[in-house]
Amino acid sequence: MTFFYVFGAVAVIASLLVIAQRNPIYSVLLLIASFGALSGLYVLLDAPFVAVTQIIVYAGAIMVLFLFVVMLLNAPHEETEHDEKIHPLRRPGPMRFGAALAVSLLVELLWALTRGNGEPNAFGEASVSSVRTLGRVLFTEYAFAFEVTSVLILVAMVGAVVLAKRDPRAHT
Amino acid sequence: MPTLNDYLVLSAILFAIGTAGVFVRRNLITILLSIEIMLNAVNLSFVAFGRSLGTADGQIIVFFVMTVAAAEAAVGLAIVIGLFRHRESLNPDTFTSLKW
Repeated sequence: MTFFYVFGAVAVIASLLVIAQRNPIYSVLLLIASFGALSGLYVLLDAPFVAVTQIIVYAGAIMVLFLFVVMLLNAPHEETEHDEKIHPLRRPGPMRFGAALAVSLLVELLWALTRGNGEPNAFGEASVSSVRTLGRVLFTEYAFAFEVTSVLILVAMVGAVVLAKRDPRAHT
Repeated sequence: MPTLNDYLVLSAILFAIGTAGVFVRRNLITILLSIEIMLNAVNLSFVAFGRSLGTADGQIIVFFVMTVAAAEAAVGLAIVIGLFRHRESLNPDTFTSLKW
């Protein structure tokens, strides 16, 4: 199945470019491409509901929120001109330390995943792909979590409005 | 056919990219985008495990993770807007009021 490698390569390359861009607008647009590739991977995993939700909610709603804020703040370029001029190895200490930690995390995860000695664990035949089954599980077994999620959304909505509101004392 | 391990390796690579982005970038919006990359890497491993076990639980958890990610993005961006109004900057190094 070559689709896996195509979608995986698109996701990894787009994510790397998200990190490498200095203009946040390009970062957001590249992240949408990465999410599209991930949605293709979900289709390969027999999860069409998650794939469609990924496109509609993530690429459609959350990324548009990001794009809206990037354009609203009107401060596209990162203020790191003095950082970009110096050599990557002479950047500030925490930055180098964090990058080294991320690389070591990747090495550790890959080591842990590839040292398995058994047969490759291929996927079985059984898979849950119908939205009907998902909905039944969601509204019976996970009904409480579903209702709590609605409260969480309400709290986030109120919090976002309160946080982004202008302070009325600032104008007096 | 790609196996479960292949999907987990891809998820690990994406998660490491997100971690590196949080540490390396000096822009609050890019840092939030890196957190989204990490959440998606975990989502991918959830769906792969759910497919491997043949249950619906993995996809249900991804549904909840997406909801929490939407709430996180809304509140996080509201905080970013508030910070930008305060200091006219998106560089996290300029917010040092709580630094000892």
